[in-house]
Parts: sequence; structure tokens; C-alpha cells
Amino acid sequence: MPEGKVMPQHKTTEKQVSRKNMIEAIRDALDVKMAQDDNVVVFGEDVGYFGGVFRATEGLQAKYGKSRCFDAPISELGIIGAAVGMGAYGLRPVPEIQFADYILPAYDQIASEAARLRYRSSGEFIAPITIRTPTGGGIYGGQTHSQSPEALFTHVAGLKTVIPSNPYDAKGLLIASIEDDDPVIFLEPKRLYNGPFDGHHDRPVTPWSEHELGEVPDGHYTVPLGKAAIAREGSDVTILAYGTMVHVAICAAEETGIDAEVIDLRTLLPLDEETIEKSVKKTGRCIVVHEATKTSGFGAELMAIVQELCMYNLEAPIIRVTGWDTPYPHAQEWDYFPGPARVGDALRKVMGE
Amino acid sequence: MNDEKPLSLHVPEPSSRPGDKPDFSHISVPEAGVVRKPEIDCTPASIRDLAYDMVRVMDDNGRAVGDWIPDVDDAFLLKGLTVMLRTRIFDERMFMSQRQGKTSIYVQCRGEEAIACAQRMALSQGDMCFPSYRQQGLLIAQDFPMVDMINQIYSNSKDKLGGRSLPFFYSERDYGFFSISGNLGTQFMQAVGWAMASAIKGDTKVASGWIGDGSTAESDFHSALVFASTYKPPVVLNVVNNQWAISTFQGIASGESANFACRGHGFNIPSIRVDGNDFLAVYAVSKWAIDRARKNLGPTLIEWVTYRAAAHTTSDDPTKYRPADEAEHWPLGDPIERLKTHLIAKGVWDETKHEALTKQIKAEVKAAAKEAESYGTLGKGAVPPVSEMFNHVYKDMPPHLRKQRQELGV
Repeated sequence: MPEGKVMPQHKTTEKQVSRKNMIEAIRDALDVKMAQDDNVVVFGEDVGYFGGVFRATEGLQAKYGKSRCFDAPISELGIIGAAVGMGAYGLRPVPEIQFADYILPAYDQIASEAARLRYRSSGEFIAPITIRTPTGGGIYGGQTHSQSPEALFTHVAGLKTVIPSNPYDAKGLLIASIEDDDPVIFLEPKRLYNGPFDGHHDRPVTPWSEHELGEVPDGHYTVPLGKAAIAREGSDVTILAYGTMVHVAICAAEETGIDAEVIDLRTLLPLDEETIEKSVKKTGRCIVVHEATKTSGFGAELMAIVQELCMYNLEAPIIRVTGWDTPYPHAQEWDYFPGPARVGDALRKVMGE
Repeated sequence: MNDEKPLSLHVPEPSSRPGDKPDFSHISVPEAGVVRKPEIDCTPASIRDLAYDMVRVMDDNGRAVGDWIPDVDDAFLLKGLTVMLRTRIFDERMFMSQRQGKTSIYVQCRGEEAIACAQRMALSQGDMCFPSYRQQGLLIAQDFPMVDMINQIYSNSKDKLGGRSLPFFYSERDYGFFSISGNLGTQFMQAVGWAMASAIKGDTKVASGWIGDGSTAESDFHSALVFASTYKPPVVLNVVNNQWAISTFQGIASGESANFACRGHGFNIPSIRVDGNDFLAVYAVSKWAIDRARKNLGPTLIEWVTYRAAAHTTSDDPTKYRPADEAEHWPLGDPIERLKTHLIAKGVWDETKHEALTKQIKAEVKAAAKEAESYGTLGKGAVPPVSEMFNHVYKDMPPHLRKQRQELGV
């Protein structure tokens, strides 16, 4: 087995560092921004007194008061519509949509309103909103608690779409998103909340407390939007992944012994094309992995970009490993979820083995 | 034995169609002055009847009667008459400009001028309106420069919005005029969010949301009422019931027996139905609702009963779906004529002065249009640079968009 190396994504800082899981890191980011900027308000279904169904906003209402962190009616349209109005006023709302599967009633307010407000008013009104929402499968959530709707947002001009894969990035990207003056869809892979899930559902998960990327500096720091990270350096093939699939890809590389370079995209839009191009030109091969359905998924966009930028460096066709084009199933979850076995097969195929 | 009869679907129809005699017998018009004016801290339950009645101040002879007579002087009313007249003449000019090919589309607010003009005159600097698209009176009532409106309508070289938006989709933050979307109903919920922000920040500013009778069918209307009743933010929720949503009469959205004001009572929001063609009533009820909001007493829902006297837009021909002379039979009359009659009855106005004012405004509007034309019209003369298309998508242009702009060579 060749040396596969997980690259640290941050340098040791002078700051105090705490061990945090992803939920704690997200809560920490909200806490930092709410303390720093009283224009930051947090609201959504069950986020106030209770602190959210995943506990991301726990304690924020007690600390910052009911007008800064509060429960909203079960109306995703209303939650995002209110956020657009608040943004126009001058606030920096951070609404939560309880599951990404439930974001569609708000789609008009996101795609037609928040995304275009700057454009249609020449920047006179803006929507500096960060919409946090848990995404992806792996929790037996069935059709309504497992979907990955990122392509619905990357397709809309005016939005930014962000998806972290670890606690360090989650905090830094969330702070950067809240400070960004454009609307950001902040997708939180819910299967990663507790640990870096590698796709083997029948094995115990290493908790973030035992993982290097569970080291989260206290206080304020950012991870810039639009910059990918190299999650694993390698020379044989480039795997483009984000969210949970970053860890599945690393696992597949380790298990097959194929020296894959795993790029964690972190921001889907704007996309870090430079890092992608550099890696694929180095390896000459590319695999795209995501949980979402295949047809018209974000992977199609990634393939098109790699083809445009690296066609003459490619030694094999690009392969996509994705969810199947079905609704997300319940009992068949682990045959739907693109696990390390399927990614491993693709790695061997792209290597001509 | 099965004695069940086949079911049938009920599809509401308006009282008259082209060729019919216009019929507004379904709209009952009470005497002016009969509806009481409640205290602003009244409970919603105590004024339920006001959602089913109709607040009117001016009687048929132009006299102001009843509790709702607003405390305003003659100069204020003359200003109201002037801005309504200016709005109408501006509309007529822009309608003609569209026919002459200077822009792609225009929408008049003929017959509804009192609502936007009077409410704007009741609001304060810093308050924010979230208009639908037929509230140009909100700008004109503040003496907003007409040439700037026309620059936007013509998408010319001085269009502040760089040619990116449809005509009349203004955005004027300093004049409390939120960017028009054109997606129906969305702004109603946003107005509530803006008002929530004002309350969160301990500000004193009030929001005013606008929606049409047809668009109340959108979920945004329901959401806005839910959020408004839950958080009680300082917002005035205006439903402009002008009877028609393009070709669809208001009965398709309301259910024929209901009205729009009464919907507020299910949410415990004080709700009032008002003669929208009565400038004095519009001002008085707007002021009442704005004062309530400013005193932290929460939202008010107002249904303005009016009539869309012109086509939906320049692309519409209403004679295809309603009697051509329906406007003349509208029982609440014309808002400009009614305020004029009131001022004449008061002895502060006459036909000669009115004619002179009309002439003067026509000249002002013509001059503004000519000036705007010198800066270009849609696709002719000076136009915004093509590169404007790529601006303001994001605060900073991301690399992929910069590449696309370069690809187009602009």
C-alpha cells in the first residue's frame, strides 16, 4: 500500500484550540458572530428555546436574548422571506432550514428574491443571508431527510453554495459566509456531525475528538469561500468530492492502494477551478463523487469543467460515482449511498485495472 | 341502491362579460361617515365588523363626514390632488411612449392613484414600502424626479439600474421604495421581515407591504399574516383589491362570498375595509394603521376597494374579458374627481385652477420625458454598456463570471 497522507488544512495558530465535533464548531461560529455583530440574528424551526433538532443553536437564545435567536413558524417560505426583508433592512440573518429536503417551499424566495436582489437594485438592497441546512444521507432518513439539493442552488446566478467536510472548515466557512455580503447556501452534511464517516456503515465511526480536523481554534477565524483544499495528496488520479464523500474518497484510496489525490471542494460556487485544473493536469485522471442523483447533478458541471480545462491531459474518461436517479430510499440506503466499494471500483476502472 | 348524483365543479364567474351591461350590484356601498373610528389600541375582536363594512369619508356631494375625517389642512389636500394628477398624467405619457417603441412595457395605475399617494403622505421619512408594481404614486407623492423614473423605464444611459430590470421596476432606498420584483406576492412576506428587523433593532421605522387581490392566493400572503400575527412587527399590510388580476376577477382568489380584509381576523390582526378611491379615507386609515405600528401595537391589514380602470399592462386588452365601459359604472367613482369635488365644495379649488394645474403638470411631464429621451430609449441612442449585464450579480465578480464577460468581449 502506498503512502496515503491526509494533509492538515490549517497551520497551528497561536490561538487556544478545542476539540469539537461539527455541531459544536457550527454553534461556536454562530456564537462568535453573534457576540461580534448585533446585526446577526438566528432563527428557524425549533432553533430558539430548544436549540435546534441537531442542537446547533443550543444556548444561543439564553445568551443573546429572544430577539436575536428565536423559533419560527413551520413556513420555510416565511423564514427565508423574512430573512430577505431583514437583510434589506441591514441585518445579517442566519436562518436555519431544518432539513435541506424541506427547503423547496422557500425556493422562490431564495432563487428569485435573495439571489437577484442585488442585481435588480444595483446593490442598493442586498441579501447578506446565510441559510444553514443539514444535507445528505447516511442516517436512515429516507426520502425526506437525506437529499442533497446542491445543484438546485449552484444553477442560480447570485447564490454561493458552501459545504464543509470537517469541524475546522465548518466554523471557518460559516464565519466567512456570515460575513459575506451575498446570499450563501450553507449545506451541513449531517452524517459528519459526529465524526468523519468513511462510508462503512457497519463499522464504528471515529469521533471528531480523535481526528486532527476536530481541532478547532477558539474565537474568530475564517476559511475563505471559493478555495478548495487538498484532503489527500496523491499522484495517480484526482477525486473531486465534497461533504461526506471527501472521507469516503480517502477511504477508497486507502483500501484500493491507488494513490488518489482527493480534492475537497468546500465551496461549489464560486468553484476553485485553479486547484482542480492543477491536480487533474498532474494526475491525468479524474473521478467525480457526490451523493446527489446523477442526471444534471453538480458532477456533470465538474466533468464539463475538467473536460474544458484538461482534455489533452486526460488518460482515461472521467467517471462519476453518485446516488442513483431514484428518490432516496429507506431500507436500500447502503446500496444507494456511494460507498468506498463503488468509489474503489471506479478508481480501478479509471486506472485500467 | 346508489342515489349519489355526479359531482360538479364550481368555477366562479364575474357579474358581467363583454357585451353585458356592467353590474356591480354585489358591491354594497355604505353611506359616507357611518363607520366608526376605533381607538388605535382596540382589540381586533372589537372591530371585526370593520372588515366587512367600508370606511368612507367623502359623500356624493364631496363633503367630508364622520369620525374618520383626517386632521389635515387645505394645502395638504391640494398637494394630494396634485400628486394624484401628476401620477395619472405621467402614466398617460408613459403609455404613449410604450406605443411609440421607447420602452417594452408599461403599467398604469389609473383609478387607484389615491391609495399609494395618500398612504405615502401618511408615512414618514425612513419608513419602507414593499410595493407590488402598481404603486408609482409612492414615488410621485414624494416629488421624486420624474426624469429618473423615465430613465429607468427607457433603460437608457442614465438608468440607475443599468438596464438590467424591466421598466417601472424601480428601486429607491432613500425614498423608502423597495426594489420591485415582479414575482407576485414575495414582497409581502419581506415587508414583515423588514418590520421584524426594525423591532429587533429597537428602531422607530415602519414597513408597508403591498399585494393585489389576485396575489393574495400566493402562499406568501398566508406566511406574511402568520409571521405578522406571531411577532406583531410594525407593518401595514395593504391589499389593493382592484377587482381584476389580468383577466381573472377577484372572485377567483377570494371565494365569492368572502372579502380580503376579513382574512386578517383569523390571525387576530386588526383588519379594515376601505373605499380606496376616497383620498381622505385612505389617508385617515393609513395614518391609523401607521400610528398603531409606530406605537408597537403591531400589524394592520387593510383592504382597499378600488377598480383597475386601465389595462393590466400595455400588453393587455381588457375589452376581451370585461365590458368596455365597466369603469364608468364603478360605484366608487374616480379618486381624482372625488377629491377635486371635495376641494371645490370647500371653496378652495375651481375648474379654472384645475385646468391650469393639469396644463402645468402636462408640461412638466413632457419636459421630463424629453430630457430622458435625450439620454436614450430602449435600444436606441445612448444605452447602458453591455458589460452592465455582468455587474451586481455578486458583490465581487467571481472568476467564472469574469471569464464569461471576457468571452463576450465586453
